[in-house]
Amino acid sequence: MSMQQTLPLPGVAPERTGGYRRDHLLVAEMVRPGSRVLDVGCGDGELLQLLESRGIDGRGIELSREGVNGCVAKGLAVVQGDADTDLVNYPDDAFDYVILSQTLQATRQPKVVLENLLRIGQRAIVSFPNFGFWKMRLQLLIGGHMPRTENLPASWYDTANIHFCTIKDFVELCEQINVKMERAVALDLYGRPVPLNLPWWVWNMFGEQGVFLLSRGGQGK
Amino acid sequence: MSNVRPIPSPQTQSDDRAHEADHPSSLVAKFGMDQPLKLDCGVDLAPFQIAYQTYGELNADRSNAILVCHALTGDQHVNNIHPVTGKPGWWETMVGAGRPIDPDKYFIICSNVIGGCMGSTGPASLNPATGKMWGLDFPIITIPDMVRAQAMLIDRLGIATLFCVVGGSMGGMQVLQWTAAYPERVFATLAIACSTRHSAQNIAFHELGRQAVMADPDWRGGRYVDEDTHPHRGLAVARMAAHITYLSDAALHRKFGRRMQDRELPTFSFDADFQVESYLRYQGSSFVERFDANSYLYLTRAMDYFDIAADHNGVLAKAFTGIKTRFCVVSFTSDWLFPTSESRALVHALNASSARVSFAEIETDRGHDAFLLDVPEFLEISRAFLLAAGKARGLKDGGQS
Repeated sequence: MSMQQTLPLPGVAPERTGGYRRDHLLVAEMVRPGSRVLDVGCGDGELLQLLESRGIDGRGIELSREGVNGCVAKGLAVVQGDADTDLVNYPDDAFDYVILSQTLQATRQPKVVLENLLRIGQRAIVSFPNFGFWKMRLQLLIGGHMPRTENLPASWYDTANIHFCTIKDFVELCEQINVKMERAVALDLYGRPVPLNLPWWVWNMFGEQGVFLLSRGGQGK
Repeated sequence: MSNVRPIPSPQTQSDDRAHEADHPSSLVAKFGMDQPLKLDCGVDLAPFQIAYQTYGELNADRSNAILVCHALTGDQHVNNIHPVTGKPGWWETMVGAGRPIDPDKYFIICSNVIGGCMGSTGPASLNPATGKMWGLDFPIITIPDMVRAQAMLIDRLGIATLFCVVGGSMGGMQVLQWTAAYPERVFATLAIACSTRHSAQNIAFHELGRQAVMADPDWRGGRYVDEDTHPHRGLAVARMAAHITYLSDAALHRKFGRRMQDRELPTFSFDADFQVESYLRYQGSSFVERFDANSYLYLTRAMDYFDIAADHNGVLAKAFTGIKTRFCVVSFTSDWLFPTSESRALVHALNASSARVSFAEIETDRGHDAFLLDVPEFLEISRAFLLAAGKARGLKDGGQS
């Protein structure tokens, strides 16, 4: 898996507001000021920098050395590492939030990673490309080949994304491992939220990516 | 066998080097009987002296001081011509004008460790009680002892908080000890190719080196100066063995392969037919001209004893609880002496302590020695870390000016 290839998303640049990516602003808005945050797959640290500018104590994990270098140059505290192998080394409850932005689909064991996020953090914020997005469906249905989009341009044989899921699949996984969804937002291709009053199937059809704020379920972890 | 030639070496220790042990060509801080160095072995060492160099200017609010900690066979001459070898400073890729640690920006301090042989008190120094070289009468020293002595020097220089403590290998051990012992006096640290404890394999290599020195009949139980001999063969063998651990299989292959030294065919002897043999012999013989054999025993021992967790009930994270210091930890892919796994163990402990740590593993085939060499990715992250930390420290443009 390679966070370097998935972060930042190649292809369409998400719309920016005040110099920041809209999906980053959405994530930042979900984080309480003054909290401690771990950003897994933090790329060059753009989101971490946004969080720190809001008084949040941030740490990062990034697979690529170039990404780590960019973060260090920004004065961020980022460790070169791999979500699949290194999350186990973080103690329970070390952070208020653990963020996994556009990386879940590139992990070898998404379920284990998700469980680790909510062991290390009180809450997790997970965003991922939605494979149920209409453009994806159309390419498979009509074109008969694995979908490629502006945001996910790699061919099936060289993509780092080995565990694609739809928003619906992800919701089912959360229910299965007793993870509580505190907030869910689907963003369209330009990073704009899909209107909240629409039903789930619309989200799953028109959301290009899903962003979820998660916490531990009622019973057990 | 007529072709066997011993390692070429001077018959006695270099006069220059012996002179440096008590009269260094650098600054010296002397501590009298009233200021003993309290050693881990229980001895109060007094009097003693620390030889050091400084480069650059201390700024008005004394906030731009960087302490550079040297490795096993380094010394205080980090950025000037070495008084014995005539060679440039030992870390010219990292320290100097235009380098990440630039004397135009920072006040740079580098001291010879206690137990060393370039002017700080050690086994090669004169024992004031006997008027002779300390030799094996010198008390055993540890990495915490080295750092305690450095802290006394930093006190004397009137610096409350160091902007950064930097070092690789044994220097990195001192960096970590600084943060564990004096967290409030260290704003940032750059710990390179090091570990919080010396591994069994590394202790084993050190024991090999020490036994090579002590097996040399010229060692004379450590009293070689009194008897006008020098265990140059033993010390050279120790250096040769150690030098292999500083490199990597790939680096040796790239540099030498199986190429012959000034010949086309094997001589069917034990002469240095291969370039790699010739290189190692050169490394061994040049080392003995600048280093004291007993000092080598003491400093390797100090590294062996190093284990930060042991001082905190075996829990490494406790050594860094509540620490505010900014850490940057760097390892190299081909370093098998201080492998990345050791740095990761440190990083995990720092994470568990909520410390502000960055970590990068640099891809290179140059082995442990990579930290002393021109490895652009490594120098780049070092520079980026220092500049960002400098900004956080309130240094202008990340440096003095």
